[in-house]
Amino acid sequence: MQCDICGKKKATVHLTEIVDEQMTELHLCEDCAREKSVQMEQQFGLADLLAGLADFGKQVKGEDREKIQCPHCGMSYGDFRKFGRLGCSECYSAFKDQLDILLKKIHGANQHLGKSPLQVPAAVPAPAQKSSPAAKDLLQDLKDELQKAIQAEDFEKAAVLRDKVHEMEKKENKK
Amino acid sequence: MTLDDFVYHTGEWLKGTGPHADIVMSSRIRLARNLDKKFFPNKAPKKELLDIVEVIKKAFDQIDYFRDSLFLRIGELDNVDKKFLIERHLMSHEHANNPEGKALVISQEEVLSVMINEEDHLRIQVMHSGFNLKETWAIMNTIDDQISDKLGYAFTPKWGYLTACPTNTGTAMRGSVMLHLPALVMTRQINKVLAAISKLNFATRGFYGEGTQAIGNFYQISNQLSLGHSEQDIIENINGLIHQVLEQEEQARQALLVQNQAMLEDKVFRSFGILKNAHIISSQETVELLSMLRLGVDVGIIKDVDRKKVNELFIIIQPAHLQKIEGKKLTMGARDTLRADLIRKKLSVDKPG
Repeated sequence: MQCDICGKKKATVHLTEIVDEQMTELHLCEDCAREKSVQMEQQFGLADLLAGLADFGKQVKGEDREKIQCPHCGMSYGDFRKFGRLGCSECYSAFKDQLDILLKKIHGANQHLGKSPLQVPAAVPAPAQKSSPAAKDLLQDLKDELQKAIQAEDFEKAAVLRDKVHEMEKKENKK
Repeated sequence: MTLDDFVYHTGEWLKGTGPHADIVMSSRIRLARNLDKKFFPNKAPKKELLDIVEVIKKAFDQIDYFRDSLFLRIGELDNVDKKFLIERHLMSHEHANNPEGKALVISQEEVLSVMINEEDHLRIQVMHSGFNLKETWAIMNTIDDQISDKLGYAFTPKWGYLTACPTNTGTAMRGSVMLHLPALVMTRQINKVLAAISKLNFATRGFYGEGTQAIGNFYQISNQLSLGHSEQDIIENINGLIHQVLEQEEQARQALLVQNQAMLEDKVFRSFGILKNAHIISSQETVELLSMLRLGVDVGIIKDVDRKKVNELFIIIQPAHLQKIEGKKLTMGARDTLRADLIRKKLSVDKPG
C-alpha cells in the first residue's frame, strides 16, 4: 500500500480521522505521517488550547482590540481610542484588560485606595439592556473557573470551560 | 435666590481670609461622579440627559446642603449669564457649550457648586478662601457621602469612581490651590519653580482654569494622578508642595523689600495711582495693576485698602460682570469706561477707620 499523501513511499501508518461526522481513513508513509502529526498537534493540541485562552486575555491583536464593543452603550474600543472618553460605566468591564494597562500607564497604579460610596451601586436595579446581568455574571464565573483550571493545569477541564465561554460570548454578541 | 443676587455678592473664596491668605487666594476640591450604568454625557441622547438632570435634582432636594441653593438649567441662560458664571469660577467653558441637558447648582455663599452633565454626570466643587484643603475636603466628603446615599454612583472597589476620562478614574478628585506669586515672577524665578512642579506630577494652570494663561501672577496648582492614592494622601502631597512654593514666594518678597524697596514701592504706588485715576482701562491692564496693588497690601506697603476689596475687583471688572451690573449689553469701549469708573468708585471709598 502506498502513502495517500505523497503516493510514493510505502504506507506504514494507518490513521482514522473524523471530520464533520465523516470518517476517513488515511494510510501514510513515515515522513508524511510526521508532518501530519505536527499539523494535528497545532489543531487540537495544547498549543491550540493556550492560544484560545489568550484570545480573551491580554494578547488580543490590535485589530480585534479596536472592535471590542461595550454591550451596554455600544462604544467600541476603537471609538474610545479616537475620542478619549468612555461611553458609560460598563465600558470599564468591556475594555477591562486594555484599561488596566492604560490606567497603570496614566496613574502608575491600578488599585483604588480612596473612599467608597455609602450606597453600593449593585443595589441599583439595572435597566433592561442588550445583555442581561445574570448572563454576564455566569460568563464571569465561567471565566474565573477557567482561570483556576489553567492554574491547576487541568487542561481537559479548561478545554471544556473554554468552549462554554466561547459559546456564551458568541450568543452575547449576536444579541 | 436668583442669579442676579450674585452680582452684588462676594463669594466666600474671595474673602481674603484663612491661612496664608497673603499668597493663597483660594483652595478648591473637585470630584467627578457618575450614575451607575447611565450613559456618560458625551454618549447620552438629549432625552436621557434631561432625565439624568431630573434624577439628580430630586436627590439634591432631599439633601440639607442644597436647601437654599440655586438651580439653573444652562439651556435657559443667555450668553452673558453663562459668561458671568464662568467668570465667577462656578462653571467651566465646556459646560457653556451645547447647553441642552446641562444644569448648575450653586450654594448661597458659592462654597459649593455642582455642574450636572459636563464631562461627567456630576462635577462637584467646593471652594474656600486661603490655604485650607483639609477643611475643604471635610466639607466635600460630607456632601459626597450624602449624595452617594441617594444616588447609585458608578464605582468598583478596584478602580474606584468610574469617570468618562480615564485620567480621572480612582478618587476622581482634583485638589487645587490658587497662588498669587508676583515676587517669584519679578525675581525671574517662576519658571524654575513651575518646572519643578511639573516634574512632580502636578499641573499648573492660570486664573481661569484649564487651558488659560497665567494672568495677574496667579497660578493654580493641582494634582494630576487620581488612582492609587487616598484622598488624604493626595491632599498631603499637594500641601507639602504648596508649603515649599509659599516659602519661595515669601523669600522673594522679603528680598524685594530689603534689596529693592524703592523699586517695589514705586511699582505698587504707580499701579495704585493708575487704578484710582484712570478713565478708560482694559481688563488685561487692570489685572496686572491689581496684582501689584494686592502685593502692596500683602506686604504692608499699602495699609488703607482691604484685601477682600482687591480680590473682588479681580472678578467684577470682567466683561460679563460689568454687563450684569449695568443690566445691558456693552461694547468693548463702553466696558473700558465703565470698568475705570467702577474701580475709581471702589478704591476711593476705602479709607481707614
